[in-house]
Amino acid sequence: MNSISSMNTTTTTTKASPMTETKISARSVQVYYGEKHALRDVSIEIRPRSVTAFIGPSGCGKSTFLRCLNRMNDTIDSCRVEGSILIDGENIYDPKVDPVQLRAKVGMVFQKPNPFPKSIYENVAYGPRIHGLARKKSELDDIVASSLQKAGLWNEVKDRLNESGTGLSGGQQQRLCIARAVAVSPEIILMDEPCSALDPIATAKVEELIHELRTNFTIVIVTHSMQQAARVSQRTAMFHLGLLVEENDTDKMFTNPDDQRTQDYIMGRFG
Amino acid sequence: MNVGIIILVVLAFAAAGYIAGKRQALALSAGSGMKLHSLSGYYGQTVALFAAVPAFLLMIVWLLVQPVVVENRISGMIPESLASEPAARSLVMSDVRRIADGLDSVLVRGGLGEEALDSIAADTQNVRARLAEVGIALAGEVPPVVFEAARSYRQSAKTGALAMTFAVFGLSLLLGFLAYRRIDPQMRARNISETFVKSLLIASSLIAILTTIGIVFSLVFETITFFKLYPASEFFFSTVWNPQFRGGSELGILPLLWGTLYVSFIALLVAVPIGLMIAIYLSEYAGRSMRSFAKPAIEMLAGIPTIVYGLFALVTIGPFLRDYFAAPLGLGSSSSSVLTAGLVMGIMIIPFVSSLSDDIINAVPQALRDGSYGLGATRSETIKKVVMPAALPGIVGAVLLAASRAIGETMIVVLGAGAAAKLSLNPFEAMTTVTVKIVSQLTGDSEFSSPETLVAFALGLTLFTFTLGLNVLALYIVRKYREQYE
Repeated sequence: MNSISSMNTTTTTTKASPMTETKISARSVQVYYGEKHALRDVSIEIRPRSVTAFIGPSGCGKSTFLRCLNRMNDTIDSCRVEGSILIDGENIYDPKVDPVQLRAKVGMVFQKPNPFPKSIYENVAYGPRIHGLARKKSELDDIVASSLQKAGLWNEVKDRLNESGTGLSGGQQQRLCIARAVAVSPEIILMDEPCSALDPIATAKVEELIHELRTNFTIVIVTHSMQQAARVSQRTAMFHLGLLVEENDTDKMFTNPDDQRTQDYIMGRFG
Repeated sequence: MNVGIIILVVLAFAAAGYIAGKRQALALSAGSGMKLHSLSGYYGQTVALFAAVPAFLLMIVWLLVQPVVVENRISGMIPESLASEPAARSLVMSDVRRIADGLDSVLVRGGLGEEALDSIAADTQNVRARLAEVGIALAGEVPPVVFEAARSYRQSAKTGALAMTFAVFGLSLLLGFLAYRRIDPQMRARNISETFVKSLLIASSLIAILTTIGIVFSLVFETITFFKLYPASEFFFSTVWNPQFRGGSELGILPLLWGTLYVSFIALLVAVPIGLMIAIYLSEYAGRSMRSFAKPAIEMLAGIPTIVYGLFALVTIGPFLRDYFAAPLGLGSSSSSVLTAGLVMGIMIIPFVSSLSDDIINAVPQALRDGSYGLGATRSETIKKVVMPAALPGIVGAVLLAASRAIGETMIVVLGAGAAAKLSLNPFEAMTTVTVKIVSQLTGDSEFSSPETLVAFALGLTLFTFTLGLNVLALYIVRKYREQYE
């Protein structure tokens, strides 16, 4: 990763170096929940096939911003988004864009594992079915198997694909949700604190998985754990009070941040 | 002294006990320097509860038992010649009670003392006239034995009431005083009063349970009597319902059960799809303001008295169906039909289905919806493939509850479906249901001990078994569904 571009970061905006590819480019995004101004003028560039971590204290807007990236905020009545978010150069808030298609391209993994109360097989097959990705049963079987393999769950569940997904352990459930997201072959996977409900062993497995997924997917992860951000991400963005405080290479961010607030947060002085 | 005054006096004792107990506790604590175990109010409550609750319980038991005892004693005074069979005896006894009441009024009206009763007794010819003056009309002359029985009844009732007053007051004062004496800073007054409250709560729930058991028993006993007079196999398997006043009736439940199930089936056919779609709209699509308006508006349907629905069926839906569907299609000429009753009943139970299903759909965790949306599913795909399957067991429960409501419904069927017991598939024909026949058998002119009347209890018990079964099944399904998510 090129770290020269991050040398000239300002406190609120980051100019991507022309040499870096961008997958997602957000320009002065504002989010309001009713009267509440939840995100203020956030601009950020996210690189393809890398892991970008969003950190910051609770209520800082990092999850809100994550949910803007696949328009999950559309499901909240009072939420209003301004500014533009470009994915592969196309503004996803353009009226022409169908959020349903967008979400097939930008998958999401949630804080609490939320497998459907269906069999393991049906959980993974759900996305491919609704998007018509498989024409035959054998194709669907292949997608399910390869998704479970990519999520590192195949060996644990291959003999019980017809058992309920809710019967798995918490960590297995979360990897099932990742397999479910992977099954629709998204380009981007958003993860909203994916390990906050998991024990350390399950967390280690999911982090390992994130490492492997990075070769094929652009991953954006929200996390409360500084160590996790340091372990899994290449780039880190720090949010505070609805502002993007700093965005930098993870190594730099955790050793020598530009912003005092980042320094304080990482040192555990607040948050 | 009447019951109201007794209650007030006991409450007054309790209030006094509360104040005294609280003071005593505070005084003892101040005197000995010991800290009270509980707040001072709990000591007062303990005294008050001891003064009131057992006394009230005694009163309730007394009020239940006394009439039985008195009745038995007086009944023994009536000679066999007047009451040869149980029915006649109960008629004489009801005369006795009325005369006893009448004598009270006579004395009050005339401002007479107890001794005046002797003169009235001597003058048996006039008893009837004197009672008529105070509004008690008797069928015939009063035999001296009956008059004596009435006097004695009156006397026993009075003595009993007086004894009860003393017993209740005595118990209240005694227990209140004992509780007061036991006050001491270490007494665990809070625990005592909380135990009392807990028993009170248990007693309340027992009342509901015991009532159900009582209903079942009364139905069961009358049904057994019925089956002694009429063969059970005929009742359950005969396809003819044809009660006769002079006996020789055919009382087969099948036509009635068929009518009941047919009407309920049509009602569910109407209510389930509409109710479910309402529920889906309200929980998944409607905005907050729409929802807050529409939900109560729909639930208002449940508040309309069923007789009003019956009228609607009778004067609007029935003729409409006859004139525009049944008659042109040559399927019938009756304005009361299974379809009329079924449609109207279906409208009535829409809110049961929609409201319960709405609650159940709302209980499906938002995380599941998010998961589905996050994979690029549309709203309707999410509802069809994730929300509804997850809510299905609960919805089945809601439908079963609505079904048991439909099966037990009476007024709409009386006015909408007619009274002809028939086994037919034609929905435009008049049919009848179990509930309608219960009403008509009990309000007929038949003797109460005849099978024609007693069949009502057998019908009621069958219906109760049906709806109870449905409710149990529904609760079981709903509970099973809950376990899945919590």
